[in-house]
Amino acid sequence: MELNTKIQEFTLSVFTENTVGMLNRVTIIFTRRKLNIESITASNTELKDIYRYTIVVKTTLDMIKKVTAQLEKQIDIHKALFYTSDQVIYNEIALYKMPMTSDRNYDVEAIVRQNHARILSVTSEYMVIEKTGLKEETQALYDLLKMHGLLEFARSGRVAVTRPMRKLNSFLDEMEAKTNYDTDYN
Amino acid sequence: MNYQNKENIRGAEAVILSLLNENVEHVFGYVGGAIMPVYDALYDYQDVLIHYLTRHEQGAIHAAQSYARVSGKVGVCFATSGPGATNLVTGLADAQLDSTPLVCITGQVDSRMLGTDAFQETDVIGVTMPVTKWSSQVTRAEEIPEAIAKAFYIAQSGRPGPVLIDITKDAQFGLFNFQYKACKRIRSYFPHPKLNIGLLDEALKMIDASQKPFLLIGHGVTISKAEKEVKAFVEKTKIPVASTLLGLSAFPSHHPLYMGMLGMHGNYAPNILTNECDLLIAIGMRFDDRVTGDVERYAKQAKIIHIDIDSAELNKNVFADIAIPADAKEALQYVLPKLKQKHTEDWLNQFAQLRVKEQTLIDAQLYPGKGKVSMGEVIRVVNEQSQTKPIVVTDVGQHQMMSGRYFEFNEGRSFVTSGGLGTMGFGLPASIGAKIASPEKGVVAVLGDGGFQMTIQELGTIFQYKIPVKILILNNNFLGMVRQWQQLFFEKRYSFTEMHNPDFLTIAKGYNIQSNKVFERSKLESAVKEMLASKGPYLLEVDVEMEENVFPMVPAGASVSEILLGNEELN
Ligand SMILES: Cc1ncc(C[n+]2csc(CCOP(=O)(O)OP(=O)(O)O)c2C)c(N)n1
Repeated sequence: MELNTKIQEFTLSVFTENTVGMLNRVTIIFTRRKLNIESITASNTELKDIYRYTIVVKTTLDMIKKVTAQLEKQIDIHKALFYTSDQVIYNEIALYKMPMTSDRNYDVEAIVRQNHARILSVTSEYMVIEKTGLKEETQALYDLLKMHGLLEFARSGRVAVTRPMRKLNSFLDEMEAKTNYDTDYN
Repeated sequence: MNYQNKENIRGAEAVILSLLNENVEHVFGYVGGAIMPVYDALYDYQDVLIHYLTRHEQGAIHAAQSYARVSGKVGVCFATSGPGATNLVTGLADAQLDSTPLVCITGQVDSRMLGTDAFQETDVIGVTMPVTKWSSQVTRAEEIPEAIAKAFYIAQSGRPGPVLIDITKDAQFGLFNFQYKACKRIRSYFPHPKLNIGLLDEALKMIDASQKPFLLIGHGVTISKAEKEVKAFVEKTKIPVASTLLGLSAFPSHHPLYMGMLGMHGNYAPNILTNECDLLIAIGMRFDDRVTGDVERYAKQAKIIHIDIDSAELNKNVFADIAIPADAKEALQYVLPKLKQKHTEDWLNQFAQLRVKEQTLIDAQLYPGKGKVSMGEVIRVVNEQSQTKPIVVTDVGQHQMMSGRYFEFNEGRSFVTSGGLGTMGFGLPASIGAKIASPEKGVVAVLGDGGFQMTIQELGTIFQYKIPVKILILNNNFLGMVRQWQQLFFEKRYSFTEMHNPDFLTIAKGYNIQSNKVFERSKLESAVKEMLASKGPYLLEVDVEMEENVFPMVPAGASVSEILLGNEELN
């Protein structure tokens, strides 16, 4: 019981059709229960025309189960799965726009190297640094660059793949196998 | 007549043909600019697709809902864009909570105008998304048949619900070659679980091992047409059964193993004994908070088997030891031959003893003897005087609970009420839909003076189409149910619940509806008889006790075993 009511971070993978308004249908399930979405990204998947939303929320196991069931109930959602953070491999990407300066204490090359970042673009006025990593890592670099006149910052939502060796296909096959299509409604 | 193919027709005609392909016979609706092409096409088909013009879109959708619930078919309604569509919202929400299959077709502004705040443009898909099972906007004529085919499939498969199809005006005008193909499958939608034999066998073992099993049935039994199977289950096992408000009429009220209604104003014994049984078998119900009271103190001592076709309902409100996603009828058909009779005599005795405690209250409600006429008394008289049991349609409030408590049912689909949403104004239009769905049966609409006035305009529909429904108004000159709560929980501060009503008989007269008003007990029986014997629509108003309370009652936040009989202070 203790575990079920502890607030923790979950990553959801929601596989959907690509219909207009899909994002809305997904998010209202969270809004109804007053759950704040930490991050959300959409992309295509290995299956044709099936899209994947990766959603990060902080809530209880109890709640995430109910939310997942209600997501899956949506007509245009194929499958919704939730994972704790240790069940997924994930990353985020962050971009930092920095002014070109002659500040002696600011050794861009070193910072980039030490943080496993890279320089994406350089002009006479600014340069753009890119870093992928966990939120804590991109945040650490942010804190550092902030001291040196950071001009602009943007961070993506989480993208994640799961650790279990199970393909989306097999989930969908299983759902179909469990469904009775024989009912005639007329 | 073949409606399956037709060359070079407008999208609007395709809407009508699609409905005919789905065997739709009746539509409820209201005209307006953006839906005009559909109505124009309907003009040529009005003999095969019978349309009822209600007096408000809310009336149309409530009529369609009730039509669906009585007939078991999909209810259909039409509305125009903007205000027409927004007037459907209450009915959609109601149908969503009460699992009612509906297909609503709304007109929309021209697709080139979408998003521009055009005249009567509302983002109907956005507005209705949380209250529909599915919705889709169509902007090209060619997409119409497929969208409607999907709509019908989704509305009635799995757990039924309302679907909305929003069709732009240019799509209604567009020409194309029509071809209809019913939808049988949607790749992302798994509505109907195959039976999980393993789980059902486990459930059988659990039933076998139980000493004090208790069966709870809900709307799902009606939806899956499992009334016979439930009866067989109960008779074979001798397990007592109780029903939710929406499950009423799925089980014959006079049956010796029927223990009554569950929940806030349900019967005493089934509420108390929910917290004493050792096994709850819940079929086609969803443990709504009006049924469970405080869930933290709900049936904690019992094992729970929960059967529902909607997996999202399993383990949502109440944790089940065995949660079975299944169609009620199929699940019951599987377990029936494997069930054994149980020795429940002592257990049934416990129900009987508690029933005795409630009986004093029941007698007082049904036979008050003195004072003004009581609500229960009116219902008792209607019940006694009905040679064949009518379909009872109610509004929301005290009269609704009294109807649920005191009408007797012996056939399924004969009680239609707004349960999940508790929509005042539902009753009168719903009675229209019920009568159209089942013209051979009598329909009695039991309404409060408050709810009646929320959709009173539908008297116009009853008048125009001469729909012979019997309208029974239990007039207490109060918004009774709220007044009751004010009395019990707000120190009798009757804040805005008193109603000064117009003369309902004069209103009825304006609509050419025969009517009568009863003040005295001695006149009640003959007035009810006259109402039931009348051929056309009839309005009977009964002046009832103003401050009657509905008991028993599980106060909000209390446990089902803390149900009050209303005489607690006296004890
Ligand atoms: C549309 C709507 N508004 C408000 C309510 C809240 N409400 C529930 S019962 C009730 C009183 C109903 O009064 P009446 O129709 O006279 O019936 P009675 O309870 O007196 O039998 C009210 C206001 C509601 N259920 N629906």
